[in-house]
Amino acid sequence: MLITCPYCGPRDVIEFTYQGDGNRERPQPASQNLDAWNAYVYDRLNPAGDHNEIWQHSGGCRAHLRVVRNTLTHEVLSTALARGGHKAEGRS
Amino acid sequence: MAEYSALSLLKNALTGNKDWKPAWRKPDPKASYDVIVIGGGGHGLSTAYYLAKEHGITNVAVLEKGWLGSGNVGRNTTAVRSNYLLPQNTRFYEHSMKLWENLSHDLNYNVMFSQRGCLNLAHTPAQLDDYARRGNAMRHLGVDAELMSVDQIKRLVPALDVSGSARFPVLGGLMQPRAGSARHDAVAWGYARGADRRGVDIIENCEVTGFLRDGGRITGVLTTRGEIRAKKVALAVAGSTGRVMQLAGISHMPIESHVLQAFVSESLKPIIDTILTFGMGHFYISQSDKGGLVYGGDLDGYNSYAQRGSLPIVDEVMSEMLALFPGLARVRMLRSWGGLCDMTMDGSPIITAGPLPGMYLNCGWCYGGFKATPASGWCFAHTIAKDEPHEFNAPFTLDRFYRGLIIDDKGQGATPRLH
Repeated sequence: MLITCPYCGPRDVIEFTYQGDGNRERPQPASQNLDAWNAYVYDRLNPAGDHNEIWQHSGGCRAHLRVVRNTLTHEVLSTALARGGHKAEGRS
Repeated sequence: MAEYSALSLLKNALTGNKDWKPAWRKPDPKASYDVIVIGGGGHGLSTAYYLAKEHGITNVAVLEKGWLGSGNVGRNTTAVRSNYLLPQNTRFYEHSMKLWENLSHDLNYNVMFSQRGCLNLAHTPAQLDDYARRGNAMRHLGVDAELMSVDQIKRLVPALDVSGSARFPVLGGLMQPRAGSARHDAVAWGYARGADRRGVDIIENCEVTGFLRDGGRITGVLTTRGEIRAKKVALAVAGSTGRVMQLAGISHMPIESHVLQAFVSESLKPIIDTILTFGMGHFYISQSDKGGLVYGGDLDGYNSYAQRGSLPIVDEVMSEMLALFPGLARVRMLRSWGGLCDMTMDGSPIITAGPLPGMYLNCGWCYGGFKATPASGWCFAHTIAKDEPHEFNAPFTLDRFYRGLIIDDKGQGATPRLH
């Protein structure tokens, strides 16, 4: 599996560290909303198909990446810098 | 007379083996059942078996999307053990161990359960201390555990590199002598036959495509073989849990599906007569009755439904094997494959009523599902029949994460790929 780092180009998956479901939204640190914290820490979308996820190029430039990858075929569909951390587009 | 016995073997041998009945029927689905179990793997079949045997509930269908036992019950590395640290896990898996010890007799089907022991190797003094602690925790709950010295390990596994010059020298190990392995296909077939003979319909090539509802209540399933109604619908679909729950409208679960690979070597003369685990990585190995080394290591480490892995883990697993057994460097690998693991956020399973009315959920087996097969079905059947959990599965709820009652044996936190 190759992941194309925006800085370093296509690299082997062993250079990257998986950081999981990129759909999760981290509550504000002072938030006391237990449901939101529970959802952030424990709940996962886990789709069979396209999956929005976070990887770090830990064996390279160390940038955090937002990757869309198909969990049925392992095909990497897009990669981009993960600006904005775990907060995903399209999920309030 | 039991269906399979020395006498029946002899009788059928003399009459040309023409009178054996198929081990299970191939019925068409009825319009409705008392209980539908989704998933014809080890856990689904054992659930149906214990529903019939322990609770007298025989109007049951097991729905399997492929052929019987085509999922994880035929893809695992067959280890059976109960060497956990936390009491919730120890009690559950020790109950499973006791069911394993009588399973061939109970099913009248030889599952070839072989109690050859499971030895966890320690490579640092701290790890050995940790094993002593876990061994004491096990013994405290009546489970067998023995701390072994390097000399004892050397006698038990002569092929193992126990020299001081090994990449990670062995300092000792924790042995559970009653642990062992079983023939996984026989487990599926034995439970299937046992359930079938008690009246359970096992329906293969029947994929669930949706759920029937009455208000909020689940009242049956839509399948590729039509609509089937049931008072109770029980899920035992392991790696496909996320997918099936999404059919029921539940998009988020405390589960990620990952791929785990397993490997078999060419057949060798007997060389390892126990199950051995490496302490400086994640690697486990045993030898099958046919002589093949059966081994595996870590998950590939990312969400996957592909049932196949990638090469970096193959490389890592082989490296770990050679760190323990340099003498196996020229042995050829015969087969490798991948299975889906439903990894929970604390590494422990979920066996519970709910989360929707009329639904029952059995999932989250991470990569420890095979050894749990008897107790999982036994506890799930109890939960379905009585609408409340048995004390052995009472801790394995779905809401334990929200309530802060996680059961994290390895203390890894909510990072499923590390459990």
